[in-house]
Amino acid sequence: MNLTLKVWRQAHADDRGSISTYEAKDIPEEASFLEMLDIVNEQILEGDSGEEPIHFDHDCREGICGMCSLNINGVPHSKEQGITTCQVHMRKFRDGDTIWIEPFRAKAFPVVKDLITDRTAFDRIIAAGGFIDVRTGSAVDANSLPIPKEEADSSFDAAACIGCGACVAACKNASAMLFVGAKAAHLNLLPQGEPEKDRRVLSMVRQMDAEGFGNCTNQYECEAVCPKEISADVIAKLNRDYAKAAVKEAVAT
Amino acid sequence: MNSPGKSLCLFWNSSIGKKIVVAVTGLLLVGFLLGHMAGNLLLFAGRDALNDYAEFLHHMLHGAGIWVARIGLLVALILHVMSTISLTLHNRAARKEKYEHEATVQASKSSRIMAISGLIILAFVIFHILHFTVRIDPELANMPDPNEPGRHDVYGMVLKGFEGPFVPAFYFIAITLLCSHLSHGIASIFQTLGLRSRKTEGSIKALSWLVTALLWVGFLIIPMSAYFKLVSDKGHASTGLIQQGTVADSTGYSPGLNRVQSAIQQGTVAE
Repeated sequence: MNLTLKVWRQAHADDRGSISTYEAKDIPEEASFLEMLDIVNEQILEGDSGEEPIHFDHDCREGICGMCSLNINGVPHSKEQGITTCQVHMRKFRDGDTIWIEPFRAKAFPVVKDLITDRTAFDRIIAAGGFIDVRTGSAVDANSLPIPKEEADSSFDAAACIGCGACVAACKNASAMLFVGAKAAHLNLLPQGEPEKDRRVLSMVRQMDAEGFGNCTNQYECEAVCPKEISADVIAKLNRDYAKAAVKEAVAT
Repeated sequence: MNSPGKSLCLFWNSSIGKKIVVAVTGLLLVGFLLGHMAGNLLLFAGRDALNDYAEFLHHMLHGAGIWVARIGLLVALILHVMSTISLTLHNRAARKEKYEHEATVQASKSSRIMAISGLIILAFVIFHILHFTVRIDPELANMPDPNEPGRHDVYGMVLKGFEGPFVPAFYFIAITLLCSHLSHGIASIFQTLGLRSRKTEGSIKALSWLVTALLWVGFLIIPMSAYFKLVSDKGHASTGLIQQGTVADSTGYSPGLNRVQSAIQQGTVAE
């Protein structure tokens, strides 16, 4: 199949950047989206334009590492639900289609080069409270620490977050509430994480604000594009836990 | 640990804290809207019912009640507007660079125009207060109740106020935008206060739409009925109430209040 690509090219962080157009020729239907970009890059390298290939983030290419990004036709990880960019296949497009490919946009995710963005703001949020202080050792024997099934499931659903940043990219406010909500709920729901719940929520939310992410306006675009289909319930939980922790901080301890 | 004052500052300066302020003040304003609409609908019970209700509001707690309510609502409104403007500016700064190819997956149209619908509603609220509360139009300000010349004729004022085509048209646009604002806002209150979950999502959406539809019909039926002369200035609907009221007049201190009470006892006003 033959496609027209509209790709964001930006030489470095301070460059203004712009959209460049590429003709992607003879792309096999069974290729993945990233393989399609690999083919286009080979064509660029074989050509005599002297142009650099298109830079983009990728790692595992099986949807679990959270490294690949890309806004495809305006939607992070494409309009296909519950998958990452590396899991998008070219059979989802039609011959002759024009595809817009842009980096994830947010003040807190500055563009490094072309389609690569710096998402270390997420790491700093985790460092602010997304952990348990004491050594929890290796996995304990089953049933030695009883956890209700519903809570274990909810925690596991939240823990599915791979930290790709699609939630931020999809949000018109570049809010990181789905990510922070998922990371906080993952630990707060379990007995190991419960003792540090208040401190964790306060620290992570304050770090989130300091990084320059926006505020949630409850439009749930994040939920719609999350490759791990994390529910906006974790945002409601984060709001609830934050309110409780803020009151406790003000009047108790 | 922090002093309560510092904690309050941290709360206000945090994204979630400011959103909780928006949600709580929004909830108060929705509650006011429902009460305001219910009270306004007394127009259809006739001149005396509406004017009695207005008199009751002005004499609540020896006249202090209305000021407590007004100041409370003003504070809620100011906090609501201030925090949303601050949040919106912050949101715009967080996404400075736009996508060349924008797409929306599931955000509703109403949710995307909250700031603009909110500002138009604010302009409407200022106009509405000048129109019917401050009454800058002397024609509307000097309208004594034909049945009780000592008090203001709210009934006649409402009918007079909606005579021209522009005022009802502006009300129609503003109330419709208000309902667009609420269709996203009411459901958002639950999410921001942490009360929404997968299980309650459906009922919250339904409640939000129900309240919005109720307010749209309840508020717009008044200017529309007045403009299309579906309610007459003579107040025929209230003749029965006046007869019952005259009996109370001879005994009660506040004739208007007694009339409302007797009408409520007989279930006439409520219907």
